[in-house]
Amino acid sequence: MPVGYSAAEIMETIKMIETENLDIRTITMGISLRDCADTDIKKTAQKVYDKVTKNAENLVKVGEDISKEYGIPIINKRIAVTPISLVGESCLTDSYVALAQALDQAAHQVGVNFIGGFSALVQKGFTKGDEILLESISESLAVTKRVCSSVNIASTKAGINMDAVYRMGKIIKETAEKTKEQGAIGCAKLVVFCNVPEDNPFMAGAFHGIGEPEVVINVGVSGPGVVLHAIKNNPGLDFGSLATLIKQTAFKITRMGELAGREAAKRLNIPFGIVDLSLAPTPAIGDSVADILEAMGLEKVGGHGTTAALALLNDAVKKGGAMASSYVGGLSGAFIPVSEDAGMIRGVEEGSLCLDKLEAMTCVCSVGLDMIAVPGETTAETIAAIIADEAAIGMINRKTTAVRIIPVPGSKVGDKVEYGGLLGQAPVMPLHMYSAEKFIKRGGRIPAPIHALNN
Amino acid sequence: MNTRRQTSQEGEVERVIITVVGKDKVGIISGVTGLLSDNNVNILDISQTIMQDFLTMIMVTDISGMTVSLQRLQEILAEKGEEIGVRINAQHEDIFKYMHRI
Repeated sequence: MPVGYSAAEIMETIKMIETENLDIRTITMGISLRDCADTDIKKTAQKVYDKVTKNAENLVKVGEDISKEYGIPIINKRIAVTPISLVGESCLTDSYVALAQALDQAAHQVGVNFIGGFSALVQKGFTKGDEILLESISESLAVTKRVCSSVNIASTKAGINMDAVYRMGKIIKETAEKTKEQGAIGCAKLVVFCNVPEDNPFMAGAFHGIGEPEVVINVGVSGPGVVLHAIKNNPGLDFGSLATLIKQTAFKITRMGELAGREAAKRLNIPFGIVDLSLAPTPAIGDSVADILEAMGLEKVGGHGTTAALALLNDAVKKGGAMASSYVGGLSGAFIPVSEDAGMIRGVEEGSLCLDKLEAMTCVCSVGLDMIAVPGETTAETIAAIIADEAAIGMINRKTTAVRIIPVPGSKVGDKVEYGGLLGQAPVMPLHMYSAEKFIKRGGRIPAPIHALNN
Repeated sequence: MNTRRQTSQEGEVERVIITVVGKDKVGIISGVTGLLSDNNVNILDISQTIMQDFLTMIMVTDISGMTVSLQRLQEILAEKGEEIGVRINAQHEDIFKYMHRI
């Protein structure tokens, strides 16, 4: 054959796509909105709408063309923008809901399903714009469909802004209340971060960081199903060989992302940013990170050994992926969302996977406690304490952690909330019964750890 | 629809890999190659294996002179595949080059 690859390799690629759910999870266009600021919020909203729709005009078409020509599904085309707390700061207003609506309309106009960046970075304190943004989150998520919000409340360098943590606990409760008719879906579009990456292409935490160029294309790959098949087809490997197998597989998955991202950037005539090496599960059968851990030899996900298995998986994915891409960024690791992973849901329902084990798992992977439904009676203080625990893990271990938690109004442990699509279905999980209220109400900031002083 | 492709330049080879997978029977190759010649797609190489009546055929083709768009070709091939009961994919070769080589 007059080409540099074999027939077996061609068939391997086709098998990965057709039977193992290999896909590009998202092509995300980052757009700077820093030049949209104005004292008049209506003018700002118009500028935001105009800039997003102009830049992303061809995003969906280009994504679909690439998908067809190469025969690889590109599931989502999305947009990330400059944190709205910065864009809205100059506006003489006390609410940014109009900006959220402008983003929502722009996203609808260009045909993307999510737009991220209704965000603020408050790890050390609040500016005027941050305050207004936080106040606007719950309503914005209730009145829009496509807007995603994220707030960074901690970093290794700054410590944990516990005032922000408490406020996020309250905002999550408010958001749940305002969207209770749809299972508190507003909370599925709201992430609280420690050490947030500024080039993450994945929702709901994507935004366009201040160090980013005017416009950029970032790509998030997927492929738990491919890794799962590789492990199942090679039983009995020792850990070194298992890691190598995962690395080889991650390499191939990531190359697809690199190809799609570069091609999209070329066709849109904007710079290519990064490939995010995350293994992102979907609710589809066989596309589960939990299934991978079980294929490694665990009887059930969440049992003893789960953290070690996940650590091996996460590290091998990064090593293989790093070889495959010129620029790696974003979150880059295995995701462990509960509602979006059929194996995780099964683990919760069968009692093998609890919140404490999920917390331990977040120490060795990206990203954090993700898509977890908890009873409606959970207090803002308890949610704040959960956020504080995750932020502490991120701060001390110099890694990204996040919390996307859904206190579903009226629900109790054992109920199941249906979101459909990629968000899947969330079993309501039990929490510890003891209160952290006094701790959370102390106020102030937990100082940065000693290893923040590394200069 | 039948406009000449814009992206290819004169004299440059642009490869597309066409794979046919399905139960073997009379007329598969002629069905597919006939379509390709109708649309001025040049076949550079064919390899095929048959295991227990199951056919896997891989064709390396050059589409630089093709008279339709790649997406249209994919549609035509998919229709043909449905008609003769096999699965036909046409993919730009870069996906294979990228996945398996740096």
